[in-house]
Amino acid sequence: MNLTLFVWRQKGPEDPGRLKQLEARDISPDMSFLEMLDLVNEDLIKQGRDPIVFDHDCREGICGTCSQVINGVPHGPEERTTVCQLHMRNFKDGDTIYIEPWKAKAFPVIKDLIVDRNAFEHIIQSGGYISAHTGGVPDANAILIAKHDADTAMDAAECIGCGACVAACPNGSAMLFAAAKVTQFAVLPQGAVEAKKRVNSMISSMKKEGFGNCSNHYECQAVCPKGIKVSFIAKLNREFIASLKT
Amino acid sequence: MFKEFKTTVGKKLIMALTGHLLIIFVIAHVIGNSTIYFGGLNSYAQHLHDLAPLVWTFRSVMLITLLIHLLLGIQLTLENRASKPDTYAVKKSLRATTASRNMIWTGALTGGFLLYHLLHFTFQVTNPDISARANLDSLGRPDVMVMVVSSFQNIIISLVYIVSMAVVALHLVHGIQSSFQSLGLNNNKTLGIIQKAGLIVSIILFAGYALIPLSILVGMVKG
Amino acid sequence: MILDGKSPSGPLSEKWDKRRQEMKLVNPANKRKYKIIIVGTGLAGASAAATLGELGYNVEAFCYQDSPRRGHSIAAQGGINAAKNYPSDGDSIFRLFYDTIKGGDFRAREANVYRLATLSNNIIDQAVAQGVPFARDYAGYLDNRSFGGAQVSRTFFARGQTGQQLLLGAYSALSRQIKAGTVTLHSRTEMLDLVVINGEAKGITVRDMVTGEIRSYAADSVCLCTGGYANVFYLSTNAMGSNVTAAYRAYKKGAFFANPCFTQIHPTCIPVSGDHQSKLTLMSESLRNDGRCWVPREKGDQRIPDEIPEEERDYYLERKYPSFGNLAPRDIASRSAKEVCDEGRGIGTSGYGVYLDFADAINRLGAGVIKERYGNLFEMYEKITGENAYKQPMRIYPAPHYTMGGLWVDYNLESTIPGLFVLGEANYSDHGANRLGASALMQGLADGYFIIPGTIAHYLAQTGPGKAGIDHPEFQKSREGAHDRMHRLLSINGKKTVNEFHRELGRIMWNKVGMARTEKSLNSALQEIPRLRAEFWENVTVPGSGAALNQELEKAGRVADFLEFGELMARDALLRNESCGGHFREEYQMPDGEAKRDDEHFSYVAAWEFTGEDSTPEMHKEPLTFENVELAVRSYK
Repeated sequence: MNLTLFVWRQKGPEDPGRLKQLEARDISPDMSFLEMLDLVNEDLIKQGRDPIVFDHDCREGICGTCSQVINGVPHGPEERTTVCQLHMRNFKDGDTIYIEPWKAKAFPVIKDLIVDRNAFEHIIQSGGYISAHTGGVPDANAILIAKHDADTAMDAAECIGCGACVAACPNGSAMLFAAAKVTQFAVLPQGAVEAKKRVNSMISSMKKEGFGNCSNHYECQAVCPKGIKVSFIAKLNREFIASLKT
Repeated sequence: MFKEFKTTVGKKLIMALTGHLLIIFVIAHVIGNSTIYFGGLNSYAQHLHDLAPLVWTFRSVMLITLLIHLLLGIQLTLENRASKPDTYAVKKSLRATTASRNMIWTGALTGGFLLYHLLHFTFQVTNPDISARANLDSLGRPDVMVMVVSSFQNIIISLVYIVSMAVVALHLVHGIQSSFQSLGLNNNKTLGIIQKAGLIVSIILFAGYALIPLSILVGMVKG
Repeated sequence: MILDGKSPSGPLSEKWDKRRQEMKLVNPANKRKYKIIIVGTGLAGASAAATLGELGYNVEAFCYQDSPRRGHSIAAQGGINAAKNYPSDGDSIFRLFYDTIKGGDFRAREANVYRLATLSNNIIDQAVAQGVPFARDYAGYLDNRSFGGAQVSRTFFARGQTGQQLLLGAYSALSRQIKAGTVTLHSRTEMLDLVVINGEAKGITVRDMVTGEIRSYAADSVCLCTGGYANVFYLSTNAMGSNVTAAYRAYKKGAFFANPCFTQIHPTCIPVSGDHQSKLTLMSESLRNDGRCWVPREKGDQRIPDEIPEEERDYYLERKYPSFGNLAPRDIASRSAKEVCDEGRGIGTSGYGVYLDFADAINRLGAGVIKERYGNLFEMYEKITGENAYKQPMRIYPAPHYTMGGLWVDYNLESTIPGLFVLGEANYSDHGANRLGASALMQGLADGYFIIPGTIAHYLAQTGPGKAGIDHPEFQKSREGAHDRMHRLLSINGKKTVNEFHRELGRIMWNKVGMARTEKSLNSALQEIPRLRAEFWENVTVPGSGAALNQELEKAGRVADFLEFGELMARDALLRNESCGGHFREEYQMPDGEAKRDDEHFSYVAAWEFTGEDSTPEMHKEPLTFENVELAVRSYK
């Protein structure tokens, strides 16, 4: 099939950037979306033009590197799917596809479709961990954890840190990302010790990094490739309220 | 403690709490209004009037609540805009609704309406000819009933009220469910239920308020 | 030269304790004076950086990804082994050690493997303390499952994302140290060269992938945790960015490269769908617990699977290995699939695929149970192929997945360059000629959390801190070399893209140095690779400049190294005249087609020394001696 692409091209952080029209020819429905872009890039290189730069790595939906807004939806039209796992059979001949980078103040564009997600790093660094020393820890079965809690922690821990939640949020808020981490540790006895400090540090960090406030639109859950639930945001709010009672 | 309430989650918490107070007021108000159907509006108004100190305390609390809700709402919106300076060429919402995306506007319109409503019925400056202060009923009480009925017999005033109530309801459709989320009173099971309940409450409130001008317009309630 | 692995003497179970006792320590107050460079932040790198930072060393960590959380360890699905023996099913440290060394076809160092088995238990404790949400049973205890190549349940898992969860655990520990200021992180930064001063590793040269700037960093010791080289095959289950450059650059600076020919081909991957294919996706090995592998009995049978009656199907694994059946180890399952496809009985449009059929399991257990066990995998399969595996058999084919070979290290994980330590998949140490499932995660974390903190101190204690700065002539030379190479790549302006060369190299490697190798195919690869390399340096086109983000330039540098490394792999495979583990030489097989190991002549590690650009590398041997296990024929019949 043949497609018309409108791809965001931006030379660097200072460049205003614009959508450029490109043609994708002879695309097989078995290709992944990124393989389609690979093909477009091969053509561009042979024509002596600059290939589109985009972030990607594992191409199996787990590393969280790929980050494109396709026709207005982060990671594209298929639910619970990263761009790298999106296949061209979701499109049809003659389609027009708009490809844009994540847009949020906290995620400045580096080039074309690549954004800087260091703000997420800083949120985790502010408290997204359990302060366990290497060695000197108790036997793994010394702390019993109810299956339900272990499962909830795992549901929350599935976050791949791609940033689609921020990209989709009308406010550029990172609440789903922070809430998943807060929840994972808050429901585990190992993590409960630092829960109060953690939730407050992570909340302050979000603000400092330029993320917006949560307006409970729930766009984040709708685009999350791992189906992280907004109920974790409620959990974060509960943890915050609990932290007020000193 | 105050520091915590200046954070993003703290502000949302206050939005939710003030929102709840305002919703309680809105519910109480619609119940009071319903006295109109039993011809008790004037006596209801007189009762409120007799409780003046209490009413004024209540009014100042509501005013402060409202101001906090308003100012924080504006501040949150400005922060949110700043966090999302650019939009996408193609925009698509999957879960966000007209209600959720326009809280600041439905809020602003509600504020504007409130101002008019106060000037209209409380300070009675917009239509001095039918002012309840000027016209007393047979028991010598300010004739609120006549003021209300003759106002709503004017189709334009009725429409302003009905449309405004629709705007308030739209604000509540998102506001109610959102406040529960902000207060952490949600889990996977309750989320859908609270969303639906918020919608139903909003519709009932809209109906309760809109019915008054509507029933006067069609002549079911007469002065 | 005969290499000495420097394993401690004494009984197997006391070796690590003995070594720990012998090793020198660095005084806590002095630790911050020592700078350690860690390249790569997957499981090995992140755990090492976090631990060394916490101990008080001054750590600089580097990764090419935008975040340490994206190292390819994150893609490991199945689980992590530990000899906890929680289910009381007869497991022990010795049994885990034995299974691992047997699984590796007796080509690993005994002492290392035993230490790995010992540390496996500490890893689970550590991960749980960090909040890794391992699966639990209803009583709240940790749950275990069984995995290929073992008869006990010793695998701990976090759904199908064990690698992700363990990496996020190490990443969180690392983030804590970054916040504490003990670790400085350089993301989107790629190592281009190792700097060796007076024979010791004292720093690296890197390229900032955003600004294009080439910089050097000096340190007292360097740890490479840069993963494997399976992308030499172009198509593999590795991440697109996984590469051999850091390890290969170290090799060119004097570190020996051990057993490069030991590569693991994973049997259950989704087959190639066309030339556009950029990578292969692995489907967890656990699928073979319930799926049955088959191909049509007759060549060229084009019927859809449903129309092929039972008696015209060949369940080749069950036929050949009645006792292990579909659960035969990875190398055996892979090779069998290749065999039937080479006979012309492969399925799918390319003819390179076999069916993995769940129909029997669905009939026996119901679709619900299968969905519960493998739902996410079936979903993933459908996303990629558009086929519903509940209704029609999956199509699978082997794909390059893991590389057991790597930089040679001694028992202390130190390479032949003093001060250069190599951890995780990047080293050759514990997996011999074949790695068992659920043991890669174990090794990466054992190296990073528990081994390197002790062994690096031993090295540092014997060398003073701050020996050389980045203005040392060796650093200048290194930067100039990196600049020159970059400008050379950018100025060729040829006709073919980097990908075209990589794909071509992959074709040679897969066909001639792949799952089954012959003297002829290897000799032919040794002719073709240099030819392709020469063409690359004349005809590649790399657009853009070096002074900005340039993904083609990054790829070009990596492919240039693969083009040299592929030759080393073929050379190693040619010299190893035996079949063992992932290395199968068609000339060396039993009458029934099984691998024929030659312990008399090849019970050694082949460690290659770089001898110059146009000179043949020299092979050194580390003899492998087995004092605690008996070398047996590895039979899974």
